[in-house]
Amino acid sequence: MSVYVDENTKVIVQGITGHQGSFHAGEMIKFGTKVVAGISPGKGGTKFQDKVPIVNSVADAMSFSPNATMISVAAPFVKDAAYEAIDAGIGIVYILTEHVPFHDTMEIVHQARRKGITVMGPNGPGITVPGKCKIGIMPNQIFRDGDVAVASRSGTLTYEIVEAITRSGMGESAVIGLGGDPVVGLTFIDVLKKFNDDPKTKKIVLVGEIGGNNEELAAAYIKANIKKQVVAYITGRSAPPGKRMGHAGAIIEKGVGTAESKIKAFNEAGVKVADYPVDVPKLLR
Amino acid sequence: MNLYEYMGKEIFRKNGIPVPDGYVIESASQLKPFKKPSVVKSQILLGGRGKSGGIKFAKSDADLKAAASELLGSKIRNLTVTKVLIEDMLNIKKELYVSIALSRSDREPVLIASNSGGVEIESVPQNEIFTKKIDPLLGYSDFIGREASAFMKLDPEIGKQFRSLLVNLYNVFVNEDCELVEINPLVITGEGNLIAADAKVIMDSDSFFRHKDIVITDPEKTPLELEAQGKGYAFVELDGKIGVIANGAGLTMATLDALTLHNGKPRNFLDLGGTDNVDIVVEAFDLVLKANPKAILVNIFGGVTKCDTVANGIVAAKNKFSIKKPMVVRLSGVHEEEGRQILKDNGIESYPTMMEAIERVVKVSEVQ
Repeated sequence: MSVYVDENTKVIVQGITGHQGSFHAGEMIKFGTKVVAGISPGKGGTKFQDKVPIVNSVADAMSFSPNATMISVAAPFVKDAAYEAIDAGIGIVYILTEHVPFHDTMEIVHQARRKGITVMGPNGPGITVPGKCKIGIMPNQIFRDGDVAVASRSGTLTYEIVEAITRSGMGESAVIGLGGDPVVGLTFIDVLKKFNDDPKTKKIVLVGEIGGNNEELAAAYIKANIKKQVVAYITGRSAPPGKRMGHAGAIIEKGVGTAESKIKAFNEAGVKVADYPVDVPKLLR
Repeated sequence: MNLYEYMGKEIFRKNGIPVPDGYVIESASQLKPFKKPSVVKSQILLGGRGKSGGIKFAKSDADLKAAASELLGSKIRNLTVTKVLIEDMLNIKKELYVSIALSRSDREPVLIASNSGGVEIESVPQNEIFTKKIDPLLGYSDFIGREASAFMKLDPEIGKQFRSLLVNLYNVFVNEDCELVEINPLVITGEGNLIAADAKVIMDSDSFFRHKDIVITDPEKTPLELEAQGKGYAFVELDGKIGVIANGAGLTMATLDALTLHNGKPRNFLDLGGTDNVDIVVEAFDLVLKANPKAILVNIFGGVTKCDTVANGIVAAKNKFSIKKPMVVRLSGVHEEEGRQILKDNGIESYPTMMEAIERVVKVSEVQ
């Protein structure tokens, strides 16, 4: 097994008939992801792109033995969709949706923890293991199979960095978007453990941003536990305090969550921090 | 969204948390006749209002009128006071602190309480602060209140009131989708009652679909930021001179950072989001132009957002608003060749990399 997903991962899509869900399910299939079923209450019995069966509920999809689900439903319905997947025992739940109330996310994360299920997102671009599996909305063409694992709190910025890594001649072993909300399923420490255990991953890139202390905790963990090379990029150096910079989680509150604090923590842990996204591959050499 | 004190207290009152009797006015003509010694409190979102002269005391009708007239319309650290809260003065015996906040790293609520209230909690020694994480699926239970009361050495009668207050405070935190509910100070009066003398409530704006009664007038946002919010854009005004349009919050922030590292000051943050709609690009230009920048930088990494769509939007905006200001565009990703051709045909310069575009826009903004 590579990081969280591999070529055997069977994925269902909750919200496959929505505008976002259908476009990205199509892209995932082109990438090579095994999309085994789509969920759309009331539309069961039809097919997506004439081949993927659409069913009314996650329970109905269990006959296809899914191990992962991608949730792409409107924010007010995310908690119900996630509970449905957790109740069915699907091991990986990736929530793409933005603007999910964080109280809902807290409950989803705690319920998943009780059942041994991994929640990723909300408000993230997905997870990709090049050549094997892509769940989410990352552009297919930016990846190349390689040994750099990337974890990030943002979307487009991740593509920028991944493309720079690919263009420099290297490639990726896994790319995970944690999500831009204040409460998300995975921390940098969770993914660092996975990257460290993955034999294919030789180098690690963390893309952090202002808000919270996820990066500071990761820095301490790296110092104590990680022998692989880690490089970071932190965005939001120029952000004023008290303002949400697009992501709900990207805010400096009461002096907590500044870029300076995160860069300092990484530097103290021996992690080089790039000034610009395009500098990340240079530091990986 | 950060609520004003009077809005927070209204929520407290509805949820059985004792607050002083009071009312809000926007003009001195709305004052009610003086009855009891009162506190006149400016409704602004700043810590340390008292030290900045935003809180006054009134012992007579004349005092009340003077305080209200003086505060209404005044400026405190650049914020104009448009409302004041008039409240009965409390007979303060002791001040406590209590809050329930989101702990982002634990992904659960945390209760924080202290015997030392009335000052910023950050300045209270750690060994005088009680903290307890609360499992959101279990919720609040009375044992937590008993632990807190024992830690704070509250006498039994006050402890009883405190525990019942915690039940209500937790309900507010959950039912109103709060990031923070804070009472500082929580006053023990000479009469032996526990009363919330202040209220700080921050609600999660992503939850507003289930709080239809909330009027969104976020006092911390500028008029242009509110207009952008109404149109669905993540937009923040900054104090520089280069207007910025980019896609994705992370890439937009990275654009501002790169400009700043090149001694170029951004005028705004605008995340175009994931879109394939020309009109959304045109509307984004409308917002940025209202901020009156000296030059405009567009930084797009195409994916869901196609580069040719953005290029068409830029051309449409240029024509619609007769833009004469220098524009520098970076297009990379899906349909970048088509996009750059469209721009070239319309006399707009574009670059394939972010760094080239950043260097160029800083240069052209300097000569403006």
